[in-house]
Amino acid sequence: MIADIIIGGLINGSVYALLAIGFSLIFGAARIVNLAHTAFYMVASYCIYFATHKMGIHPVLAMLVAIILVTLIGLICYKLFINPIREHEAAVLIATIALAMAMQEIMLLIFTGDFLSVPSLASGYLKIIGVKIAYQQLLTIGLALLILAGVWTLLKKTRLGLAIRSTADDREVANLMGMNESRVAMITMGVSVGLAAFAGAVVVPLAVVNPHMWMHPLIMMLAVVVLGGLGSLKGSFIGAYILGFAESLVVFLIPMGAFLKGSVALSIMILVLLIRPEGLFGVAFEEER
Amino acid sequence: MPLRKRGRMGILGVYLRKIYNLFKGEVLVLPSRIVVFLFFFVLLFLPVVTQDPYLLRILILTSIFAILAASWDLLSGFTGQVNFGHALFFGVGAYTSALLNLHALIPPWGSIPLGALAAVLAGLIIGIPCLRLRGTYLALTTLAFPIILMGIVFAIPDITGGELGVSGLNRLSGSRLYDYYITVVLMLGLCTIMWKITDSKTGIIFHAIREDELAVRAAGINTTRYKLLAFSLSGFFAGIAGGLYAHFMRIAGPSTLEVSMSFQVVIWAVFGGVVTIYGPVGAVFILFPLLEFLRFWPEFRMLMFAVVILLILLYMPDGLLPWIRDKIEKECPRCKVRNVATRKDCRVCTAPLD
Repeated sequence: MIADIIIGGLINGSVYALLAIGFSLIFGAARIVNLAHTAFYMVASYCIYFATHKMGIHPVLAMLVAIILVTLIGLICYKLFINPIREHEAAVLIATIALAMAMQEIMLLIFTGDFLSVPSLASGYLKIIGVKIAYQQLLTIGLALLILAGVWTLLKKTRLGLAIRSTADDREVANLMGMNESRVAMITMGVSVGLAAFAGAVVVPLAVVNPHMWMHPLIMMLAVVVLGGLGSLKGSFIGAYILGFAESLVVFLIPMGAFLKGSVALSIMILVLLIRPEGLFGVAFEEER
Repeated sequence: MPLRKRGRMGILGVYLRKIYNLFKGEVLVLPSRIVVFLFFFVLLFLPVVTQDPYLLRILILTSIFAILAASWDLLSGFTGQVNFGHALFFGVGAYTSALLNLHALIPPWGSIPLGALAAVLAGLIIGIPCLRLRGTYLALTTLAFPIILMGIVFAIPDITGGELGVSGLNRLSGSRLYDYYITVVLMLGLCTIMWKITDSKTGIIFHAIREDELAVRAAGINTTRYKLLAFSLSGFFAGIAGGLYAHFMRIAGPSTLEVSMSFQVVIWAVFGGVVTIYGPVGAVFILFPLLEFLRFWPEFRMLMFAVVILLILLYMPDGLLPWIRDKIEKECPRCKVRNVATRKDCRVCTAPLD
């Protein structure tokens, strides 16, 4: 039971962290609230399903193909639908919702609404003090942490990361300092969608693939981002694990918990916001006028 | 005898001419006013031409959602408190009036206003924590409230019926035609009231809060009070829409609280053009029947809906109706009165229009 809670919390937390960090990146660098973020996660899961089941590609290769393909789709969507209306915040919100709906419907048309599953990368399980832990679960957690570390290095150690962070800090000044703002936004979009696709790829062997699988992660991701503080990567990371553990605690400990898991996680978010309106690690923005 | 008769006719004629002149001078001068007039006229006299129950049903639902979309605009468009959980008000209104109707046996004319009052309460409850948040934080936080309520609804199925919802409510009225007139007249009335509110002094303060809250505070206006007022007004109108929906469908289910319902409202309002009231109403009257029309291709229905929204937004990011209005009308640069786009000079001050 305790082990279940810990493993569940770690997996939920890692996936939410991957999603939330991607979302924070594009929000920070381009001020785009991308509500289609988790739809890319869903599309990546379907890509892997298609590659492994219909084309018989090895799962690891399928993962790579899916991530590249989905990143490309994300960039095309960005160029076609989001970039032209970037200055209109409300329009961007609606456009991304419409994009997510369109992707959901396309998946529904191609694969129908059936619940599908994908073979795991590693079979078998580990026994620690009488508790079974599947290798796949360990692999998911490990890969997620690895990629998170990779993103951290990208942002803190490379020139590209510097450009992304400075654009997030102040777009105009970054532009004046010779960073091509629209190109940084484009690259950030690529990284962000790539992270969403990766989240989909690592979690797909443990999850059920269906066209509506983006809704719940979307809400949890938004809660994580708000809890941690918009645009704060550290906040997203810690917030993700807080809500991930909260969810798995509720599911395992409270009767009818599966219905309440979203409610409890979101209530935690609201409680934190009551005390700290800018989230756990958010910076209280100067009043933007 | 002939003289008296002529006199009577004369008075009637004078009044008729007065009304005609008023109509010609105030309504026929601007295409947008003609459209609004035709909108009222067609909706009110449609049953004279056809009483097709399916058509009336669509128009009833469209009217209900028009109230909902306009109430979103009042809160999020005018006051700038972007609410992503508008389904909360709708759901609270629907569930409250359903439960009151079912258990306390209150007829619809009583349960719908009481449901709206419950929605006002919900507006105050979520408005108080939301006062401290702004912009994107506010939008993403409000998304959480209907989901929390939905979790509670599912957790206590004895009272709320869980997934099945509360069913077996009283009808709105005896027949489809009466239902139609109740909802349409309410919709026209409530939307006019909302439009009047946004035009009043309070509405101007709402505008100002959106543009620059700090300046409004500096002008000695209690913005907290006005923001809460916006939350409760919006909740009231959305609650009425929820109650009407529950009584018309005779069921209040969890679908009224879904995230997609909240998103739907935002889509309607932004598609039609925010900060207008008429924009969201017009958008619902375009998009909702469109969605019904697309049922001929059920599997492509939502896809085409999404594509239409994407394409329209690409070319008109400020919304459809303001875009059309700007095409057919021009604002006089001197006296700020609107004119038909075909005019060369202003109809009031005769200044040349660019």
